[in-house]
Amino acid sequence: MIWKGGVAGSMLMILAACDPAPIEPPLADAGSIARGKAAAQRLGCGACHELPGIDWPKGRIGPSLAGFGNRALIAGTLPNDLPRLAAFVADAPSLVPGSGMPAVPMDAGEAHDIAAWLQSQRD
Amino acid sequence: MILRPGSSLSVTSAGSGWPPAVFDPAGPYSEPVTTLAWALLLGGTAVFALVLAALGVALFGSAALKARLGGEKAIWIGGFAFPAVVLTGLLIWGLMLTSSLSATRVTGAEMRVKIIGEMWWWRVHYQDAEGRETLRDANELHIPVGKPVLLELETADVIHSFWVPRLGGKMDMIPGRTNRLLIQADKPGVYKGQCAEYCGGPHALMGFIVVAHTAEDFARWKASRVPARGEQGRGLELFLSSGCAACHTIRGTPATGLAGPDLTHVGSRQTLGAGILPNNPGTMAGWIADAQAIKPANRMPAYHQLSAEELLAVSEYLVRRK
Ligand code: HEC
Ligand SMILES: [Cu+2]
Repeated sequence: MIWKGGVAGSMLMILAACDPAPIEPPLADAGSIARGKAAAQRLGCGACHELPGIDWPKGRIGPSLAGFGNRALIAGTLPNDLPRLAAFVADAPSLVPGSGMPAVPMDAGEAHDIAAWLQSQRD
Repeated sequence: MILRPGSSLSVTSAGSGWPPAVFDPAGPYSEPVTTLAWALLLGGTAVFALVLAALGVALFGSAALKARLGGEKAIWIGGFAFPAVVLTGLLIWGLMLTSSLSATRVTGAEMRVKIIGEMWWWRVHYQDAEGRETLRDANELHIPVGKPVLLELETADVIHSFWVPRLGGKMDMIPGRTNRLLIQADKPGVYKGQCAEYCGGPHALMGFIVVAHTAEDFARWKASRVPARGEQGRGLELFLSSGCAACHTIRGTPATGLAGPDLTHVGSRQTLGAGILPNNPGTMAGWIADAQAIKPANRMPAYHQLSAEELLAVSEYLVRRK
């Protein structure tokens, strides 16, 4: 069984590799994405960043986060996956020493939702 | 809702958000305003409906109806008696209803505070019963519930208007004058305000916060208004060497500038930038580095010359000014 599954799995991977479109990680659920946007707004992330779909404020001190889901790296150093992005959003300096972005008090759920929202920005 | 001094409720979770709630009075000086506003709104709607009905008759009514509508009697009643009676009644009732709002004299039972409008933020000077200044702060007013608060409203520059809709009426701040206004909150909570007279540039970003405490909480808040003394360190050094102290006061340090808000307790404020941003380490850093991107044309320069490490040291120092 395991062996069969393994074969089927590798077949799928081969098939997927033939697909010219890039493999995108799946989107988080819509509820999480919506809560993430609301949390980013409530915490004032816009004080430093231009945020997709949020009119004000449009801070310039940090990079724009439009299209963040297309980026390969977080802050140019870390792979852009959901757990790492969530950790970075809450406490940037501990992951990227020397970052100008301070640790912002938020709970794990908020960090996860904000990361999910950012990764859903793919245009 | 439990409100401890220094608890950092964000602006939206404070249940007020923007724009500040109107038609939702939370104290005896806001209630008459709301009653009057509803009466005007509903009365105005009824009169509008009457006028439309008359117009309908004039356009589509039978000849007999039209004749009566255009007759001398209808004009005497509808054009003279009705407005005279309604408007006179409204004037007398309105004046009676709102007479408690204008604070014509100090009775001694009120808490007293002077608030000075600035382009585009607010100075808050707490006073004792005799009107002597006891404490300076900015952009946020703390009051006990159930007690009238007598505000002396002044301006340092142009006309502003002080307005916290759930707690009282709206009062202009006029150059060269001191206007008085009474407010009161009946329940603990955070009440949002907004400058209500266009004062140039970022006027729309000139907000205000009133935090109402229970008596015990208010006493605790008052006792906590002593500046931290004797603190040294990189954050304070940078604050002094970067020029911040030329515009800002932090009591207990050599920083005595007066052009900007007092920052002695800035870390305990609910908001930054005069009621517009939540207050946390992120917004603090963002405001200091580039307040111009957030609140265009405000009078604090952007600080692009600070390195990331310096920026975080200064903002971390200010976040701790509880
Ligand atoms: C030229 C005078 C000036 C200088 C220099 C200055 N500020 Fe300000 N600052 C202001 C003014 C004016 C405001 C209010 C702006 C507004 O809300 O319209 C302000 C607001 C602030 C606030 C928000 C306070 C609140 O209650 O919302 C903080 C925090 C602050 N400044 C920190 C600093 C720091 C840190 C520095 C130095 C790196 C600095 N300022 C340098 C004038 C100045
Ligand atoms: Cu204004």
